[in-house]
Amino acid sequence: MPGPVSLTKGRRPPGKPDTRRRLVVIGNGMAGARAVEEILARGGAEQFTITMFGDEPYGNYNRIMLSHVLSGEESDADIFLNSLHWYQDNNITLHAGVRVERIDRFTKYVFANNGHVVPYDVLIIATGSQSFMPPMDGLYTPSGSIKPGVFTFRTIDDTRNMVEHAQYEDHYRAVVIGGGLLGLEAARGLQSHGIEVDVVHSGAHLMNAQMGPDGGAILRRSVEALGIRVHTGSRTTAVLGADRVTGVRLRDRPDIACDMVVVAAGIRPNVDLAVLSGLHVERATVVDDQLRVVDEDSIYAVGECVQHRGEVYGLVAPLWEQAAVLADHVTGADTTAAYLGSRTATKLKVAGVEVASMGLTGPERETDEHIVFSEPSRGVFKSIVIRDNKMVGATLLGDSRKVAYLTQAFDKGLPLPEERISLMFDLGGPAEEQGVAELSDDAQVCNCNGVSKKSLVDVVRGGCNTVAGAMDATRAGKGCGSCKLLVKQVVEWAADGSVEEDPAASYYVPGIPLDKASLMAAIRKQGLRSVSAVFAALAPGSAEDAKSKMGLASLMKMMLADQYIDERDARFINDRVHANIQRDGTFSVVPQMKGGVTSVQQLRRIADVAEKHNIPLIKLTGGQRIDLLGVPKEDLPQVWADLDMPSGYAYGKSFRTVKTCVGKDFCRYGTGDSTKLGIEIESQFQGIEAPAKLKLAVSGCPRNCAESLVKDVGVVAVEGGRWEIYVGGAAGAHIRKGDLLASVDDPEKVKVLTGRFMQYYRENANWLERTYSFVPRVGIDHIRAVVVDDAQGLAAGLDAAMQASVDSYVDPWTERDDPLTPGQFRTSLPLTVLPQVPVR
Amino acid sequence: MNAGYNLGPVDQVPFGEGRAFGVDGVQVAVFRLRDGSLRALSAVCPHKGGPIADGTIDQDLVLCPLHQNAFRLDTGCSTTGAEPLTSYDVQTDNHQNIILRMSAW
Repeated sequence: MPGPVSLTKGRRPPGKPDTRRRLVVIGNGMAGARAVEEILARGGAEQFTITMFGDEPYGNYNRIMLSHVLSGEESDADIFLNSLHWYQDNNITLHAGVRVERIDRFTKYVFANNGHVVPYDVLIIATGSQSFMPPMDGLYTPSGSIKPGVFTFRTIDDTRNMVEHAQYEDHYRAVVIGGGLLGLEAARGLQSHGIEVDVVHSGAHLMNAQMGPDGGAILRRSVEALGIRVHTGSRTTAVLGADRVTGVRLRDRPDIACDMVVVAAGIRPNVDLAVLSGLHVERATVVDDQLRVVDEDSIYAVGECVQHRGEVYGLVAPLWEQAAVLADHVTGADTTAAYLGSRTATKLKVAGVEVASMGLTGPERETDEHIVFSEPSRGVFKSIVIRDNKMVGATLLGDSRKVAYLTQAFDKGLPLPEERISLMFDLGGPAEEQGVAELSDDAQVCNCNGVSKKSLVDVVRGGCNTVAGAMDATRAGKGCGSCKLLVKQVVEWAADGSVEEDPAASYYVPGIPLDKASLMAAIRKQGLRSVSAVFAALAPGSAEDAKSKMGLASLMKMMLADQYIDERDARFINDRVHANIQRDGTFSVVPQMKGGVTSVQQLRRIADVAEKHNIPLIKLTGGQRIDLLGVPKEDLPQVWADLDMPSGYAYGKSFRTVKTCVGKDFCRYGTGDSTKLGIEIESQFQGIEAPAKLKLAVSGCPRNCAESLVKDVGVVAVEGGRWEIYVGGAAGAHIRKGDLLASVDDPEKVKVLTGRFMQYYRENANWLERTYSFVPRVGIDHIRAVVVDDAQGLAAGLDAAMQASVDSYVDPWTERDDPLTPGQFRTSLPLTVLPQVPVR
Repeated sequence: MNAGYNLGPVDQVPFGEGRAFGVDGVQVAVFRLRDGSLRALSAVCPHKGGPIADGTIDQDLVLCPLHQNAFRLDTGCSTTGAEPLTSYDVQTDNHQNIILRMSAW
């Protein structure tokens, strides 16, 4: 272990007296460091010289993430919140690995175990807590140290030691004492090192502090399903083994043999220093609403070592709140700030199971309402306790989708809907609806265009009371579009019921007053073949509309295939030059690379072209393609000619790429040839238009390295030669796991269903509606009935329409030698250099 | 009367599209509407510098391709809250050349 470290920097030159007060912080954990951060944020560096003492020889790290370090998901380097440099940069003197042993509160000095004596004007105690060691025999060796093989789970060193011990080849089995949050995390983490784990819990059910017996029973099922044995209502009386752990003895059950014991039976506040120094200590160091230690003027305390209004907290959220109030007082930024206690809500993934818990775990009074939903087979449990129409407690297990709303209802005491069941489930309605009124004025509604709630409200108050009008006037919702629902809610709320029915809401494109089905019918009936013909025949006053052009062009190409008369002005610039416009007006070029597979020749050619054209940035895309960025428009034809490869479709509202994993040729786990299937799908459907972009993936096994579950269409090979097809997934502006469309035993069937689904989407989705919106809107059951079961007899038609599109495919890059319009590739930026996309 | 700048044959701008020209040190986007008439605006979007000549147009508006700010083709005024573009007088002469006048005429 490294020795104590002391860091100082930025001492003032001699002769200039430092008039700042001296702030000393005892404890360098999450509470101590957070308090200092809050103080610095309030200009504390001007007021104080800061000295910190930390027991551990490190900077400051996120203790909550230790379970991830144990399981190997994160390295210990990843969990540091502030490295040693942070202390230097902020002129903080850090004594790491040094323990303060005594405070003289009269002369205002602290005494450290390395001989340091440091004066203070203001002192903060943030000594935290330590693992509680329940009494049991055999815990200690005769020399008084803890028996080798017994661990607590509190610090980074504890965690490293556990990992080391678990990795010994002859260590197979562990017993975790404690079935709370930490114990279950430890159990799950140890499993990832191939250790068999038993959990011994003295309570009658798991996590009894956070949930009632019914939830505990379901959690137990989920935990046992992971292969962790659970012994509840049982106490460990002894650790067995002479000089190393060989097992544990239980009070009323047979011994359990094991090679290691992890004690996670709760925490105890560290109060020795406070007691020794004569401070007011009960269960922990007692503080008032200013976080000042009772009867002390210059001593504050924060975090798990603190008792406030009788409560001791072992969670991080109260600590953040305390640190902010403390900093307000210490710096004088807000001397009226008061900490009034925290309502604790936890939302965690415990051993892979989502757990959220707040307030009461069950009803306490006769008039309390208790709503419970239990589905043990899926590991789902939801319980809500309501008193006087306010939520006073909730437990969610295995499904925490409603947790944001419930937390808000719990924190703010919001009135509850009469239909209580909507507290637990989204019944078609939007989940965040309740929050609009509570949003602050400056809350950003549209993150792309930086539109606040207030600007939307102002537009509505100014007389614009349609959703589309407000969106036009502010450009809210005109970026990625993921905020449209929220924009609609804000406008409706601001208009206070007088929101005008927006007739255009159902139009496929704004300039033609028809929904998609009627528009398609009218185009067919009148035999319209070009966008200008549609405007002339169907638009009010025959007026063309710029905002409608691209949508109409895409729709008509889909409907008419090679019968479509392609008018170039109806295309967006990307589709006019077959490349993606970038912020500086240059374009990015992506050669086709089916399934993400390339070759020496292709790589060499791309490299040569990049070199020849001085491509400023070469970047891999999220879809496993090579992106050549920063190509001026006028260079596009030559770049294509030099590449002599087909277009990779990284620009349009169209089928783009199929991401694949390596599949079964090389991967040890692959069960299906995902690469081959991905290439075939990409070859078949390249370039077809759609209402929005389509991104696909094929994974060769359920490890899902190609991330198929979050694709518009994602295919996963599973054991037994079967393929699962998921649709409607997304991992962009929205995150959504796709719905299972079908499971088939033949790659050919995958291609048929993929094409048929995409055609159904092409014919029925709204313009710019991604599949992650389309699939839930239409419903996976309905889509499955149409696409898989052919319940409406549409399948043959869908297949034929898709085939027509496939057959009419022409690589757009063949236009390079013969521009379709005069000046198709002429620069639109003739004179000055605009802001450049930064090049790394 | 200012004779204006001759930007060459109108055919270099396709119907329904725009093309950019450098005129006396200024970037100008010239649009040829589908009815054959011409419009001219300053070529750089005041919002984030987008190339206006690459925008999508109809008889009244041009949409900047970067962030879809909309500008009136006749006045340059924005309908989406952006600063206005400068509009210029533009027409064809008897030889079907584009004649642009940069200032008051």
